[in-house]
Amino acid sequence: MGVQYFAGVDVGSATAKAVLVDAAGTICAHVVVPSGGNLTLAADRVLAAALERVGAVPGDIAALVATGYGRESVANRTKTVTEITCHAKGAHVLYPDARAVIDIGGQDSKAISLDAAGMIRKFEMNDKCAAGTGRFLEVMARTLEVPLDEVGPRALTADRPAKISSTCTVFAESEVISLLAQGETVERILAGLCLSISQRVNSLAMRAGMAPRVIMTGGVAKNTGVVRAIEKAVGLPLTVPDQPQIMGALGAALLARNEAVK
Amino acid sequence: MSNRMAKKVTNWTKEMALYSLLRATLAKRKLDQKISKALGSGKKSTGAKRIPIKTGDKMKLLMGRYYIRAKVAEKDPDQKIAWITSGGPVEILHAAGVIPIYPENHAAMIGTMRMADSCCATAEDQGYSRDLCSYARSDIGSILSKKSPIGGSPRPDFLVCCNNICGTVTKWYQELQRMFDVPLIMIDAPYQYGEDRPEAIDYVKAQLQEMIDQVSQITGRPFVWGKFEDTVRRSEQALQLWRDVQDMLAHRPAPMNSFDTFIHLAPIVTLRGTQECIGYYKMLQAEMEGRVRNGVAAVEGEKYRLGWDNLAIWYKIQFLAKKFGEHNAALVVSTYAKSFSYQAPYRDESDILRSMAANYIAGYINHGLDYRERELLEMAEKFHLDGFVMHSNRSCRAYSFGQYELARRLEEKHGLPTIMIEADQSDTRSWSDEQVGTRIDAFMESLAARKSNAIK
Repeated sequence: MGVQYFAGVDVGSATAKAVLVDAAGTICAHVVVPSGGNLTLAADRVLAAALERVGAVPGDIAALVATGYGRESVANRTKTVTEITCHAKGAHVLYPDARAVIDIGGQDSKAISLDAAGMIRKFEMNDKCAAGTGRFLEVMARTLEVPLDEVGPRALTADRPAKISSTCTVFAESEVISLLAQGETVERILAGLCLSISQRVNSLAMRAGMAPRVIMTGGVAKNTGVVRAIEKAVGLPLTVPDQPQIMGALGAALLARNEAVK
Repeated sequence: MSNRMAKKVTNWTKEMALYSLLRATLAKRKLDQKISKALGSGKKSTGAKRIPIKTGDKMKLLMGRYYIRAKVAEKDPDQKIAWITSGGPVEILHAAGVIPIYPENHAAMIGTMRMADSCCATAEDQGYSRDLCSYARSDIGSILSKKSPIGGSPRPDFLVCCNNICGTVTKWYQELQRMFDVPLIMIDAPYQYGEDRPEAIDYVKAQLQEMIDQVSQITGRPFVWGKFEDTVRRSEQALQLWRDVQDMLAHRPAPMNSFDTFIHLAPIVTLRGTQECIGYYKMLQAEMEGRVRNGVAAVEGEKYRLGWDNLAIWYKIQFLAKKFGEHNAALVVSTYAKSFSYQAPYRDESDILRSMAANYIAGYINHGLDYRERELLEMAEKFHLDGFVMHSNRSCRAYSFGQYELARRLEEKHGLPTIMIEADQSDTRSWSDEQVGTRIDAFMESLAARKSNAIK
């Protein structure tokens, strides 16, 4: 029998992520694919792609933990764990001195505070509204005709942020359009949007309680404009892992490994 | 006089006919359920199983009879009907022979039957803000659209509003007064920040005295003090029984879930002051005693014990009971069910009206944060709680205000974890299965981690 793997599959509203770790907990493969309309299919695809990377077959998976909004759609799961526990686990293993996690995904944002052992002290999530999440940025980037990966760098070049008073995605979109009509620069509007996200996340962060070191995870962590704005709002530097998107899946894979050890 | 007697007999016959129709309907429904269960066509329940409470059948009849009586009385000019707020001085109405109707109870039924969205929309179409309490919107919408799970509440002859539960009822009842053009009796119960103030009690007592005169004027009959005393005694006995039933949930495993207590609130809210109400809670108490004796648990394999703060989420009681049940978590106490059994520290047998006045300001939500913190802590100790579930209720500012601060105090000062569920008591548009489900799962995961760490 070959190497045994422990899998974590995180099916989010925007993307599905898979991570494979070995018995030592080392990351062997990680893949991100768009979730699309069929979550079960997305989960199958992302896991198959991860297995392909290491030349393994489904039979080599000793345990699989599913997480994320579509966690119930993952086939052959050993168990499901919420993304809150998974992000906390991933962050704690990569950064044992982590005391807080800020995660902004496609459809939700959360702030988690951890104790020294990596246990969750408290967590806060956004309400039903998608304002202040990745989806909000996507809608705004499309309105402004700016590619998503340019939003951060361009926001950072603004001399000052435009004032976006509404936190609602729908209202903010019309506000952005009227700002454009008034001749406001795209850069200032982008900076204004980053600031608006940071303010929303900050209220979650304050309620959960923040202490260094703070890890930022989720797809939006790739946006430097938002990261800088949150640092300013929270008043603490953020550590962004190389692959912020896969932290939930990594945590799930590590929990799968614990599960097998039990 | 003989004419009046004849009418009374006719009404009584009507009432009895409708009541036996109700009994037959409920019996048939039960039979249908039995048949479908025997044939195996019923939906297979997954996850945590709930054991039905037998006394619940009795409640359907009790509540049905109460509404039938009120509906028949609507056509009888001699029988007065008053709409009253849930924490209001209903004993005065019973003593005066007035049938009390509770718009809040009607609104809760609208919520449970998932009719709130359409009723609220009707009210919103008329210009009532979506930020207004969903009970007020549901009830006003139901009056306007004539949509109701019970064919509408019978028309009031007058209104009694006591603001000990919130400020919204003041405006809500003024709206009702405008709609029905009937007298409104307003009882102002001052908010208490520290210990209940004697001058506040005197102030409420004076208003009760005035109310007695007003009611007597409306009914055209003198107020019989002895009847009032009897009603108050019956009320107190029912409250005591309801307290005793709730206290039985301190037993491990709890014989009943807080979600069940929300359902079994109906008689204490609507029939407080009557003999039927006492009979009902005696029955419920006996059933629960039986469960405790036989070790019957409301939640199989009870592992975690939680408290609940704020009103029920009427349209999601099943969902929540199942969700927490899957984690072997029982909800064993709530500030909401307890709201209908508060007893003032002040009590003077020789001054019943003043004692009642003290009771009307004694409720949980008529008090400031320090009082609430103390209450929650007492509950945590008495009921051996592992945490608190806080329903941040869009509709109820009076209840939801300060919950974050309370959660902070419970966690920081007393190490008691809390989870905040953002929802609404009856407007389903403020709800998301997925988001609330994830929050509960995550909260239970962290509780499990805490527990296993504590054992290590």
